[in-house]
Amino acid sequence: MDYLLTLITFLPLVGVLLILLIPGEEERTIKRLAIGLSFIPLLLSIYLWFAYDKGKGGIQFEALSSWIPAIHVNYHVGADGLSIPLIFLTALLTTLGLIYSSYTITRRVKEFFLLFLLLETGMFGVFVSLDLVLFYVFWEIGLVPMYLLIGIWGQPKDRPQYSAIKFFLYTLVGSVGMLLAILGLYFYHGTFDILELAEVGYLFNGISWLATLAFWAFFIAFAIKVPLWPFHTWLPDAHTAAPTAGSVILAGILLKLGAYGMMRIALPIFPAQFKYFSTEVPIIPILALLSIVYGALVCMAQWDLKRLIAYSSVSHMGYVMLGLAATAAAWGVDRWKDAAAMASNGASLQMFNHGIITGGLFFLVGVIYERAHTRDLQNFGGLSKMTPYYYGIFMVTALASLGLPGLAGFWAEFFVFRGAFQIMPLFAAIGILGVVVTAAYILWKIVQSVFLGDFDAKKWEEVTHGARLTDMLAFEKVTMWPLVLFMIGFGVYPTPIIEFFNSFAQKLLGG
Amino acid sequence: MTLETFQLLSPEFILLLAGLVVLCVDLIWRDEAQKRLWVPALALVGVGGALLATLLLWGTPPTIVLAMMAVDPFALFFKIIALGTVGLVLLAAVPYLQGRTPYRGEFYALLLFAGLAICLASSAINLISLYLAMEFLSITSYVLAGYLRGDLKSSEAGIKYFLYGAVTSAVMLYGMSLLYGATGTTDLAQMAAALKKGGGSLSWLAVVALIPLLAGFGFKIVLAPFHQWAPDTYEGAPTPVTAFLSVGSKAAGFAILMRVLLTALASVRWNIGWMTFLGALSIISMILGNLIALRQTDIKRMLAYSSIAQAGYIVIGFICLTLERDDAFLGINGTLLYLFAYLFTNLAAFTAVIAFENATGSTTISDYRGLVRRAPVVAGVLLIALLSLAGVPGTAGFLGKLFVFGSALQLGVPLTFTLALVGIITSVIAAFYYLNVVRYLFFEPAEEGAGSLAVPAGLRFGLALTAIGILVVGLYPQPFIRLTTDSIQMLAAIF
Repeated sequence: MDYLLTLITFLPLVGVLLILLIPGEEERTIKRLAIGLSFIPLLLSIYLWFAYDKGKGGIQFEALSSWIPAIHVNYHVGADGLSIPLIFLTALLTTLGLIYSSYTITRRVKEFFLLFLLLETGMFGVFVSLDLVLFYVFWEIGLVPMYLLIGIWGQPKDRPQYSAIKFFLYTLVGSVGMLLAILGLYFYHGTFDILELAEVGYLFNGISWLATLAFWAFFIAFAIKVPLWPFHTWLPDAHTAAPTAGSVILAGILLKLGAYGMMRIALPIFPAQFKYFSTEVPIIPILALLSIVYGALVCMAQWDLKRLIAYSSVSHMGYVMLGLAATAAAWGVDRWKDAAAMASNGASLQMFNHGIITGGLFFLVGVIYERAHTRDLQNFGGLSKMTPYYYGIFMVTALASLGLPGLAGFWAEFFVFRGAFQIMPLFAAIGILGVVVTAAYILWKIVQSVFLGDFDAKKWEEVTHGARLTDMLAFEKVTMWPLVLFMIGFGVYPTPIIEFFNSFAQKLLGG
Repeated sequence: MTLETFQLLSPEFILLLAGLVVLCVDLIWRDEAQKRLWVPALALVGVGGALLATLLLWGTPPTIVLAMMAVDPFALFFKIIALGTVGLVLLAAVPYLQGRTPYRGEFYALLLFAGLAICLASSAINLISLYLAMEFLSITSYVLAGYLRGDLKSSEAGIKYFLYGAVTSAVMLYGMSLLYGATGTTDLAQMAAALKKGGGSLSWLAVVALIPLLAGFGFKIVLAPFHQWAPDTYEGAPTPVTAFLSVGSKAAGFAILMRVLLTALASVRWNIGWMTFLGALSIISMILGNLIALRQTDIKRMLAYSSIAQAGYIVIGFICLTLERDDAFLGINGTLLYLFAYLFTNLAAFTAVIAFENATGSTTISDYRGLVRRAPVVAGVLLIALLSLAGVPGTAGFLGKLFVFGSALQLGVPLTFTLALVGIITSVIAAFYYLNVVRYLFFEPAEEGAGSLAVPAGLRFGLALTAIGILVVGLYPQPFIRLTTDSIQMLAAIF
């Protein structure tokens, strides 16, 4: 019995209960308590990072005890090379989000910090669960705080109430289908355990239509969360409406829940179905390509900076799915083993990097929005001269996002395409188009229209009603620097994190 | 009547005694101020005593009492539900009645008698005792629904309930007479034996009798299309009575439905039997209840339609009951578990509604705007209750849904697949209107100058109790699954 993961998962919940007891007027105490408490899971997740035995691989820090014995539901948690970086990412982005919010959230402080910590428990729970019912419980519990975060602290002009319910219902539609599939698996195999189910091999006693149905139930639930085209339409609304820290968590972590579900459940339990729909009936790679290309093209047409970054997530998460499709297509084919591992590593790496980079981009949008109270790209221009510090940080993040070699984003795309070219050359070739369009919208739309050109003081005065244009403040730098360091650090030397993902990929592909 | 009989029926006797004492004390005592406190306290003591007596009976071997009543785990389970409902409704009724009616003593006595009626109904194993118990429950409920004499809506609620009730009761009685005519007995167990012996020709008659019976039971359960009384009655009745109707009365209907169909009519389940009929009613209830609830602007009316839809979910478990006794998803335990969850969930919602109505006099959903600033505890409990109604994991409601949908999938025939599918699709629709209330509670700002609301101690206690109940059942369900699985033991049932 190892209590480490349990401790990480439920510490934020302790924070929730403590904050509940503090009167709402004690805003400073609440903020300090929330931030202070969030450091404990962060430190523990760093410990987790170094304590994990990569040489041995597989699930470690496992804890198993009976939860609902009547239906064989266990409290089964554990972490492996895939989940540990994501647990760390969750802890990091939550702490940064809390720090950032402690300066920017002035309304209903108690509720905000309480919900944020509740959300953290939900996210940790998904990454550590090894039991389908437990997974499902955490998967849904996270919905409620995020729904409230979007609805309460969203900007009125972004229709937060509409976006919040849309976010909730989209996820719910997917997950009720998943619930039926979970029950179906239980009735045929007598267990909810993810690891045991992955060993079964002969799903639903060979009734293939049932297996296919169950696969699609899981796949759609995860695809909505990823989000894969055409299930993505909740994303631009939710990301745009959410408060800055909420958008960071949405893009940084919640989208990863979907991709994580693909890698932890859909692919290991249903490899045959995943492979079939990646090769013979290639729906999955086609949807991935549509996400990549469509998302990027929509970005070209966006003038709202936050919406643009939201759509860029659709495009970037498409690479994850392309990598997964390639991994699935190579399932059981010996000569493609290395390529499959590479595609899988690329997909995992893209998950982590997208969290760091797009999370950072949303923080940076928050920085400019706090000053200008507008996000219309046509209102900006020439900020490089006025706010050089902001310009510098933004450039690193934006270039990382378009995949510039030397920054973290590059390796993920490199591995995905390196793997995919060998396995599905045509799809990979089309996918490369996305990279080109990405470079175009990042450089042309964002960098050029926000930072380059001349600063028009009169126009600024007009659109912002005389807001003062200051460079980044100390707390904004504090939130951004850890992310920038990771972008550069993993860009120059990605080995430490790839080792994690590779240990997962080797186990997944039976190495 | 032996001492053992007294002991086996002790919950009923305690309730009867408490009701009579409450009536007499109210009549004799002149001190209004003292009475206001002590009469409901007496009633609560009575309910507590009856609950204790029920729990003490747990574990006694199933016995038949006076040839008309069965004391088995199944009956005891429903007595727990009935007494829990009456107790929580009493807590909420005390502040509610203040200033609304001068006749409080009778209200508490009637509530105790209604609880007694449910206890009797859950034990009845003979058509006569069954019909009497149901009528007893109906008549007390009619009076309670129309209790606020000066209030037109309350009077309308009482009359409407009475008219529908009288008609369905007559129709049901017709069905019972058919069964009696066919089998020559009113005892449920003997009836089952006669039907079995009679073979095809008699079972054909049993199917014909089934339809009017379902009308009577469906009326109590609020299953569409026998639900038409519910929206108006739920809206007009005093809110504590609405809470009682939506949980206690519904549970009584389920107890009778399951007992009759599993003993007397067990042989007409498959083919064109009650499985098909109930399946159709369930589908209609889920679709109709959830769709109409979408458009409601009054919270009591919305909860009425939600109650119709929930009845559709609850009955799925019973439809899908299986013979595999060693499995956890027995179907019928899903129904019991759902009812148990529903007890806490719906009473939490109604206690919150009462707290709000008490402070503001309104039941309009849009008046709930900004409630989280005005009464955070009420808003918080209402949030938990609504999430539980929507079936979000971590709450009791999720567990109920998990078990009924689970049993539907496990049985795996086309009808039950359809039920599960309709169930999950409509539960997404339901989430929309439940969350619409949450939207007002949390997103919309309160009106200018709206101050914080005072919540009396009794209501706060009720809110805390029900909210804790929802979370405990949701997060640590094992003991409750055991309780409900043990409670499916029913005398003379033919599985």
